[in-house]
Amino acid sequence: NSVGEGCTDLKREYDQCFNRWFAEKFLKGDRSGDPCTEFFKKYQTCVQKAIKEKDIPIEGLEFMGPSKEKADS
Amino acid sequence: MGKYFISETDIKTSWEFVLTAFWQRYPNPYSTHVLTEDVVFREVTSDNCLLSRRLLTKTNRLPRWAECIFPANLSSSVYIIEDSVIDLDNRRFTTLTWNVNHAKLMRVEERCVFFSDQNRPAWTRLIREAWISSGVFGLSRPIQEFGLARLRSNQMKAMKGLEHALSHLQKTSSSHHGDSTEKPKTCSSASTSQKPQQYV
Repeated sequence: NSVGEGCTDLKREYDQCFNRWFAEKFLKGDRSGDPCTEFFKKYQTCVQKAIKEKDIPIEGLEFMGPSKEKADS
Repeated sequence: MGKYFISETDIKTSWEFVLTAFWQRYPNPYSTHVLTEDVVFREVTSDNCLLSRRLLTKTNRLPRWAECIFPANLSSSVYIIEDSVIDLDNRRFTTLTWNVNHAKLMRVEERCVFFSDQNRPAWTRLIREAWISSGVFGLSRPIQEFGLARLRSNQMKAMKGLEHALSHLQKTSSSHHGDSTEKPKTCSSASTSQKPQQYV
């Protein structure tokens, strides 16, 4: 389920699209466009709104942030 | 100050299949403690890497002694960020997971690296590291011990969840292609070395 209660259907639509693209295109090195952009946009509009409404503190967190402090294994 | 944990496992499934299943892990019978899962960022880079960020909400299950001391934490869930990088050219998948709330009580960061060995393409090696720390004066040691115990339990559930997703994927693909494929296994008994180390 999505953290935004009304976003679950949009999430599932996006996930289905992504999983197909991931296995059939990305993993095979095929970069011929991303068929999931529209699904992702709709899903993100919904979920980002829910994150703000619930005050979930993820704004501005650097990607892979904690790894900067760790030594490489 | 804190605890450090490292373990290695071999998964008897190809790296590509493990990754495909990774995105389809939730929900599974072992993930009842995972309440929500959302992708909040995704990007394919020019050098064939896929970057993703997921936000997960998990239940906050504390031991009885902690519930008495920290009642305010009882009702609120834990928000967790999982950042990941898939390096397709080097066949390496790295995830970094950490909690963004309840961090003063306990902070757990986990790094997992799934990589493929050219000599053993039917296998995937997983190395997991975790760092556990607590900022609570006077209770950091029992909190860290609890954190380590819960992490181990969650890691087992995570592996079972991944195996469940792998089995499900295999059943779906064999019903399309009519092959009989081997059940994916994690051979953790054969090659896991667990070296919990503490550092002060």
